[in-house]
Amino acid sequence: MTTTIETAPLVPGTVILDEEVGARGPWSTVVVAGDVLTIVDLCGNQAVDTLIYAADDHRQRYSAAATVSAQRNLFLTTGSVLRTDDHDALMTLVADEVGSHDTVGGACSQESNTLRYGHHTKHQHACVENFLAEGSRWGIGKRDLVSNINFFMNVPVDADGTLGIVDGLSAPGRRLALCAERDVLVLVSNCPQINNPCNGFDPTPVRMIVTRPTGAQA
Amino acid sequence: MTSVDTSTTSAAKEHARAQSGVVTDSMPVVPASSWPTPPSDIDPALLTWAETVPGGRYTTKVLGRGTRLRLRDLDGRACAHLLLYRADAPWERLNVADTVKVPWQAYLGVGHPLLSDQGRVLATLVSDGSGRHDALCGTTSLASNTARYGDGSLHSASPAGRELFTVAAAKHGLERRDLPPSLSFFHGVRVGEDGSLSSIGSAGADTAIDLVIHLPVIVLIANTAHPLDPSPTYDTTALEVLAWTGADVAEPVDADPEYRRAFLNTEDVWAAAQRQGREQA
Repeated sequence: MTTTIETAPLVPGTVILDEEVGARGPWSTVVVAGDVLTIVDLCGNQAVDTLIYAADDHRQRYSAAATVSAQRNLFLTTGSVLRTDDHDALMTLVADEVGSHDTVGGACSQESNTLRYGHHTKHQHACVENFLAEGSRWGIGKRDLVSNINFFMNVPVDADGTLGIVDGLSAPGRRLALCAERDVLVLVSNCPQINNPCNGFDPTPVRMIVTRPTGAQA
Repeated sequence: MTSVDTSTTSAAKEHARAQSGVVTDSMPVVPASSWPTPPSDIDPALLTWAETVPGGRYTTKVLGRGTRLRLRDLDGRACAHLLLYRADAPWERLNVADTVKVPWQAYLGVGHPLLSDQGRVLATLVSDGSGRHDALCGTTSLASNTARYGDGSLHSASPAGRELFTVAAAKHGLERRDLPPSLSFFHGVRVGEDGSLSSIGSAGADTAIDLVIHLPVIVLIANTAHPLDPSPTYDTTALEVLAWTGADVAEPVDADPEYRRAFLNTEDVWAAAQRQGREQA
């Protein structure tokens, strides 16, 4: 299934960037304060591994722990403020057609794949490879990679603490929108994992649309 | 005003030297073998770390492979935030996402591996008298403690975990960007069906956990209130830290297949480095 569907930004505004991220590929851009990034899950249930950094100081970066402890909830949805380690706001999830996104499961890596599925998976494409390769273009290295957001990924936690990646809640064309609270660098791996249901066992493209509120200055 | 004479170098030296030998309830004992209350089943000569860390303070040490590290909540309100880095390759470090995802378990318990980002087990939780720990909420920040207690700076009465970790990490040449999400012991958190996070607090006084160390690691410990601590006042109490050598790390301590592969990866990297060392010698 690679049929794409036409979609629009989730929040009205002037489109200033509209790009498709190929299946398994990395992507990054700077979103300036006030602009809105719409992510479109074109084919449904495609995990979009995302890290966020202050554009002018990459040491200020997304913290899953600070974000979930500040909102006292493990799942991200409309209203979630994506925070740095120092609890400053980077972006706010302003609209969400899915209702729940993961930020506990981290990114797949060649190394963790060997634990999760066996050593035969070591040379499969993994998100950390995308983060390292794409991050290097911005001076971001291994020390800067931390627990990320997995948009469109579903990781429930059972009463006894058992957690795991299960079938997703998204569907073709579902969108979410992130408003930048300051100038941010958004670093994405369009997850290539094929050993669990995070991509429906079939990695597919996603679409990235940046809009500027109508009337706002560049 | 004191009456001590520190007007000359010899008097100042005498004054300084007269201060040694003071014993408090919040200090390291060196050598660790002199610790007054070693575990009854341990030869005190094997102790490599013996220290009491007051609430709102931190400690750090490099520990070798085969160390057993015991953390004890003495009075019931300690909270030990922990970070681990490979001592010989500190860019490899604790990864809390893999630590919960790979074992399919959010709540730390006996047999839980503390995994690095390179698919290796840095430490395993081998004894747990508390059962109340957290791998989800990380630690506190200057902003969050200031909002909560009025101050979160390093030398305040309510230091934030991140401020404590910053200084602990700096002593190993590591910077703020080297601080990933941390684990914490002795203050539990549970996840509701709707994702809500709630504190279940402490298991009480005199509870301890033991970790065995699989590879040489830099250990950073910050003893400070958990982010979800419901107490309106900052009242973190003392943490006892003991470590000794001689732990068996040559056999896996958990039967899960994911654990076994993490263990094999760890033994693989250790054996390869040792072999190289012998050939160079």
